[in-house]
Amino acid sequence: MKHTAAFISRRDGVLLAIIAVVAIAVGLRAPVFLTLRNALDIANDSAILAILVMGQMLVLLTRGVDLSAASNLALTGMLCALAGRAWPGLPLPALLALAAVIGALLGAVNGVLITAFSLPPIVVTLGTLSAYRGAIFLASGGAWISDHQIHPLIKGLPRETWLGLPALLWLALLAVAATAWLLRWRREGRELYALGGNPSAATYAGIPVNRRVMTAYTLSGLFAGISGLLWVGRYSIAFTELAAGYELTVIAACVIGGVSIAGGIGSVTGAVLGVLFIGVVNGALPVIQVSPFWQQAIAGAVILFSVALNARSQARGVRQILETKHTAVTAGVAA
Amino acid sequence: MKAFDTWERVLLALIVLVYLLFGLTVDNFLSPYALADSTFNFSEKGLIALAMALLVVSGEIDLSVAATMALCSLAMGFAMKAGAGVPLMLLAALATGIACGALNGWLVTRLQLPSIVVTIGTLSLYRGLALVLLGDQAITGYPETLSTWGNGTLGDLLGVEKLIVPIEFAVLLLAAVAVGLLLHRTVHGRRIYAIGANAVAARFSGVAVNRYRFALFVFVGIMAALAAVLLTGRIGSTRPNLAMGWELDAVTIVILGGVAIEGGRGSVLGTVLAAVLLGSFTFALGMLNVPGIVMSMIVGALLIVAMVLPRLLRRLKAPTGLRVQGA
Repeated sequence: MKHTAAFISRRDGVLLAIIAVVAIAVGLRAPVFLTLRNALDIANDSAILAILVMGQMLVLLTRGVDLSAASNLALTGMLCALAGRAWPGLPLPALLALAAVIGALLGAVNGVLITAFSLPPIVVTLGTLSAYRGAIFLASGGAWISDHQIHPLIKGLPRETWLGLPALLWLALLAVAATAWLLRWRREGRELYALGGNPSAATYAGIPVNRRVMTAYTLSGLFAGISGLLWVGRYSIAFTELAAGYELTVIAACVIGGVSIAGGIGSVTGAVLGVLFIGVVNGALPVIQVSPFWQQAIAGAVILFSVALNARSQARGVRQILETKHTAVTAGVAA
Repeated sequence: MKAFDTWERVLLALIVLVYLLFGLTVDNFLSPYALADSTFNFSEKGLIALAMALLVVSGEIDLSVAATMALCSLAMGFAMKAGAGVPLMLLAALATGIACGALNGWLVTRLQLPSIVVTIGTLSLYRGLALVLLGDQAITGYPETLSTWGNGTLGDLLGVEKLIVPIEFAVLLLAAVAVGLLLHRTVHGRRIYAIGANAVAARFSGVAVNRYRFALFVFVGIMAALAAVLLTGRIGSTRPNLAMGWELDAVTIVILGGVAIEGGRGSVLGTVLAAVLLGSFTFALGMLNVPGIVMSMIVGALLIVAMVLPRLLRRLKAPTGLRVQGA
């Protein structure tokens, strides 16, 4: 256990160092990159991603994946925008609650399908990815909700400043703190690691696996829903293709941050660093005048590099059979 | 593992239902020309779904297949710009497809990474490369031959006017027969099932698991190249967003076709039938002016229903207290 803890912090340290090197290298070419203002810009841009990553991480820990996160974000955002247009008197808490409830419900649909019918998460969320995306079209009739039709409170929230920091950043910090608290100090959170590490052992140990998986998908949906409200507010627009394909960026941030797609491994610190990495790279490209077309290719290369790195350092042996003579022998003895 | 099982019958019945329903309600839906036209809707997707089916049966997945198609089409375009003839253009597409598949296969087999993460990464990488190389430009002006392959009929090729079977559809059928024979009639096919059912046991039984996995990823690359050639010929242009999102369509076809996502089960016939079913259904919706996004919503819902339904039925059939696992 101690070994694992030490390793994780070392990986985080390396990632942090890489981020620092990238930032300084870019800063040398364009000093504007290292100003506080730019740092705040990057933090602000990464805030929504951080919230989404927290939800995705919970799901990844259970050996699942939530591909519908971006569609959920867009659908919830659109429904909130429509609600805000229909009832201009809605107060902010009501809008936030609406986003949370819709998002959580959409997430729970994934959870029910996965647990009640023991379906593979990737296929279920692939299905709901298209289904939710289509639902946006049905809800809006294909129309765009543009700047002047969006509820002023929705637009206002991401532009608030609390105690000198942008509200988006505070909300992201809140999501990160809540997730860290859940995963570190709550039994439910510890059980997510346990069941991701070994589902059958978790069942034998008396962990209500299905209920925990439900929790993970519902929370992922909830985070996605809140992100939807923030996204619509920040960019002042809601339309069918909003944030399309963003689920891959979310998963990329998790993987870069050291969250294992095979479940049971991952830390909040790592995930936040993953978000930061993507934020810094995306923020750096325009500054050093690299075409934004490179963004996606770089993200892909980084994903591959990080998973390869993860696989190298993680638990040799457990999943590898017939790899080396030595492990084969020990496997034989164990059997 | 019979090729014509309950699920294939259900699919066939659904296809008949779709054609009957829309044939009676939509004018000209059952005319030979409309029927021939409807096959364009699923031929290229069917090709990549066939390769994907093999991969999924073996317990892997390739989400980068559509991005591979974009790169293959790009390679063709660049070859053409460099003055290459049609054979060299085909070679460029094929080589690109093989390279993309080989990279996936290498990462999965050599570095022992889960294929879903690898191919999410290469999806980003390949699509990103297409964007970098082409930006917001498009390559057009492909030779007539390619357009004929994409849009023409067997009749055009053989000089028989009455034969209106599209070339793309003929290619799909040919590929389906070949893949079907491979999976259901050869030892290689049996081994692919074995790997999907239990890769460790297969390895212990002497199956060169990683070699098969690698070959299957390369095969997906080859089929992606073939699909890219046909698609490029059909639409006559290459853009970085070519075949965007098709990986999801291919996976949907495979799952709807009765291939188990966890591997080890599925048939080629089911996959082809699912391709036809989805293609004809969306074609009919298109004739009814249903927007594309609503179609994809229906397809997504269908995907989930296709998985829930057999499990519900199995649960109803199974005696109480007895858990049927993966039967």
